[in-house]
Amino acid sequence: MSRFTEKGKTFAAIATAMSPGSIGIIRISGPESFEAIQKIFKPAHAARFSKMETHTVHYGHILSENGTVIDEVMVLLMRGPKSFTAEDTVEIDTHGGILVTQQVFERVLSTGIRVAEPGEFTKQAFLNGRVDLSEAEAVMDLINSKNAFAASAALSQLQGSVKNKIQSMREDILDAVAYIEAALDDPEHISLDGYTAQLKAKLEPMKTSIDRMIETYKDGAVLKEGVKTVLLGKPNAGKSSLLNALLGRERAIVTDIAGTTRDTLSEQVNIGGIGFEFTDTAGIRETQDVVETIGVERSISQAQEADLLLFVADASLPLDENDRRILKILKEKKSLVLYNKTDLTPQLTIEELKEYCAPETILPVSAKTGEGMDAIKNRLVEMFRAGELLYNDEVLITNARHKEALENARGSLLQALEGISEDVSEDFLTIDLLDAYEALGRITGETLDDDVADRIFEKFCMGK
Amino acid sequence: MAVVEEYYDVVVVGAGHAGCEAALAAARLGLSTIVFTVSIDSIALMPCNPNVGGSSKGHIVREVDALGGEMGKNIDKTFIQSKMLNESKGPAVHSLRAQADKKMYSQAMRETMEHTENLTIRQAEAAELIVEDGRLTGIRTVSGAIYHCKAAVLCTGTYLKARCIYGDVSNPTGPNGLQAANHLTASLIEHGILVRRFKTGTPARVDGRTIDYSKMAEQFGDKVVVPFSFSTDPASVQKEQVSCWLTYTNEETHKIIRDNIDRSPLFTGVIEGTGPRYCPSIEDKVVKFPDKERHQVFIEPEGLYTTEMYLGGMSSSLPEDVQYAMYRTVPGLENVKIVRNAYAIEYDCIDPHQLKHSLEFKEISGLFSAGQINGSSGYEEAAGQGIIAGMNAALFCLGKDPVILDRSQAYIGVLIDDLVTKETTEPYRMMTSRAEYRLVLRQDNADLRLRGIGHDAGLVSDEDYEKMLSKKESIDREVNRLKTTILGGNETVNAFMVKHGSTALNNGTSLAEMMKRPELDYEILAEIDPERPDLPADVVEQVCIQIKYEGYI
Repeated sequence: MSRFTEKGKTFAAIATAMSPGSIGIIRISGPESFEAIQKIFKPAHAARFSKMETHTVHYGHILSENGTVIDEVMVLLMRGPKSFTAEDTVEIDTHGGILVTQQVFERVLSTGIRVAEPGEFTKQAFLNGRVDLSEAEAVMDLINSKNAFAASAALSQLQGSVKNKIQSMREDILDAVAYIEAALDDPEHISLDGYTAQLKAKLEPMKTSIDRMIETYKDGAVLKEGVKTVLLGKPNAGKSSLLNALLGRERAIVTDIAGTTRDTLSEQVNIGGIGFEFTDTAGIRETQDVVETIGVERSISQAQEADLLLFVADASLPLDENDRRILKILKEKKSLVLYNKTDLTPQLTIEELKEYCAPETILPVSAKTGEGMDAIKNRLVEMFRAGELLYNDEVLITNARHKEALENARGSLLQALEGISEDVSEDFLTIDLLDAYEALGRITGETLDDDVADRIFEKFCMGK
Repeated sequence: MAVVEEYYDVVVVGAGHAGCEAALAAARLGLSTIVFTVSIDSIALMPCNPNVGGSSKGHIVREVDALGGEMGKNIDKTFIQSKMLNESKGPAVHSLRAQADKKMYSQAMRETMEHTENLTIRQAEAAELIVEDGRLTGIRTVSGAIYHCKAAVLCTGTYLKARCIYGDVSNPTGPNGLQAANHLTASLIEHGILVRRFKTGTPARVDGRTIDYSKMAEQFGDKVVVPFSFSTDPASVQKEQVSCWLTYTNEETHKIIRDNIDRSPLFTGVIEGTGPRYCPSIEDKVVKFPDKERHQVFIEPEGLYTTEMYLGGMSSSLPEDVQYAMYRTVPGLENVKIVRNAYAIEYDCIDPHQLKHSLEFKEISGLFSAGQINGSSGYEEAAGQGIIAGMNAALFCLGKDPVILDRSQAYIGVLIDDLVTKETTEPYRMMTSRAEYRLVLRQDNADLRLRGIGHDAGLVSDEDYEKMLSKKESIDREVNRLKTTILGGNETVNAFMVKHGSTALNNGTSLAEMMKRPELDYEILAEIDPERPDLPADVVEQVCIQIKYEGYI
């Protein structure tokens, strides 16, 4: 049981801000630091490195478990007590970039070293008498303010998704624990008969969804892909022009001939710090052209996999069957209608479109003049922040601490599920459930305290 | 004017469940002790529910007993029904609860106290603390008498400036119409002690002769009764038991309550104190859980000496006429006559953050407090603090270190730690979910956990201590034997395994490993365990728990 196990004495963290392009520094502190670096680092000058002298710098490569190079790095060795924490300390300077830094960090953790708590380096320095309390507090303030910044940054990226999802899982877990505890406390008023079957039905999807979250971390999906956004519209509605306007450069081939885009094109773009993957599709229309038919089918299937659909409506033409077909698809997904070609004499009015979709989802725009482009960008960012744009209903994990917490939560849920299948008494299940609850709380920064008692009193009618 | 002046080591103020344990502990440790009570007839009074124990509270009773306290022994002498709750659940949440004959309970405790050396019982109301240089030196009573002492334990329960309320009626009395203690609060405040006001409540008592039991479900006690005390011979508690009864409120009851809710003193503002969420009045339940169609009502006897019955689940402070109307909507209570009205009670208590873990005041050395004055609720929670405060008052007089129980050692440790460190805004009740080391803090092993501490302090006799040691040795020996007795996959063993729906053994497996399989247990394995010694039930229980739950504990 996790609450009884003592934490390892060696810990690591990414010491630099996680932003693309900057150098990434990973710091390891504790008695096992030197041993860990020896396992994963291939120095250019093996003889020099083997001496492990304090305050030396070594050039070489961090290797993956199967021996492939993850990154070319500089490694700094500092023997305690002459280091910030007064413990043996290793610093790895990577080439930077979020993905590579994370991969190196992951590799460090794979040696069995745990992730540092926020401020733990300073805490260790304080414990070893390296800094006094006021110094430690000053550093902690700095860390906390950085955390607040990071938190707000994380919020803009992940508010809707991670936080909502984790919080709703925690709520469900707490409800379950409160129910069980209320029944154990007052068995004559509240019965547990048949409850574990309900609990199992609640926990299994939770575990699956944590599994998926963990996978997103491994794939670095957020960094590689972004929100899958598909542009739809009948041929020559201006999808490619809009895409170019959003990208700020020419990418799609734009002609006046309907059906120029025969295949789908994908482009990454960063809007307000959020990654979007825009896919331009062939216009949807009934067609005899074989090549174009394949393109149309592909557009429809792309639309089904998308996180967000942008329907480009051509204001200069009346609504036709093609448009109605698309408008139907829109209803099943998060979508916006871009009322394009506002610079031309309208044949299609916004009023007409409102019959098919919510008024607030319609944005007038002209790809040609650039009018309305900022409004689209703002709306995309807003939707993301409000949590409306989930990556295929998935949550993306980019932070190693979050991932570790999720793995702990997953382990606890698994134990609870095993317990249910082995018919273990409910009072044991709450131990695993609370472990999962606490682990998830480490992501959202919430602790346990008196949550259980409060929830029991809030939800259940207890006692005399 | 001449006043009475006497000298004691320890003064205990109040003889409820905290005060009795405190006074007994101090006296048994050899300190000359006096205990004050507002009424000699209210020693160990149970002014609310007629039972001892229950979920997590049963654990505390066992712990008090293991430390050398009296509550467990006293309920073993005076119970009239007993049940082990949660028996189908894990061992950590098994909990004993016994219905008490209230009068016998009170009398038996008084008898014990009267036969305890060094202990004086005195009907008197403590009015003032005498403090010199931050050190408590005596207590002055209302009459002006001075009781010089080295230490005092305040166990005032719900009596400080108590007020009993129902409807428009507000009586300045303690529970059951007993005299309130109206003087001490001012003295506490004068000495810098922070005081606050809490509230609790109790249901009506009704005449059993006016109840139609045929409309209720009968609730029996356990066939085999387990005693609370580790010192009680299990054979001595197998006796005839009385029943409790279960019935329910209904929509009609709830309508009467809703229609009259504006007459509740909680709504009219007559009650100011903070009430507990876990022990809501029936009107609270109806207002807070409007979707619940019915609430359980447990009809519990007050004792063998009387026809009075307690209406568990229906505490209230509604006016008398509303009480009558609502009780009479409950099946079986159509013609019920009330003997005592339900009421809410308000009382002064202290902010327990002013206490150390020893229950001594941080700012006044030699002054301790225990029980409801510390913001707790329940007889058992009071007793748990009482024994600690009494013991520590005595150890203080002797110049020894106090006994402080850790959260990982006892529910009493959790209780005191929560009280003195956490923010509590309502009377604190124990729950098993409050104990993070619940799997270790079981009621079945309280003796193994705490006898040693009680013995070191001097409250547990050598005999009881040695009994625990020899039990522990038997347990260890048997666990070791089961772990080292290896059975091979021979024909007899595998036939046995198949018979019990288990998988056959391929290689040598210990009996302990086999016990961990869900389909097998100690009893079943007897068949293939011819070497097994004959062991007492409490030893077998520990062996089974230790092996079966090894992975958790």
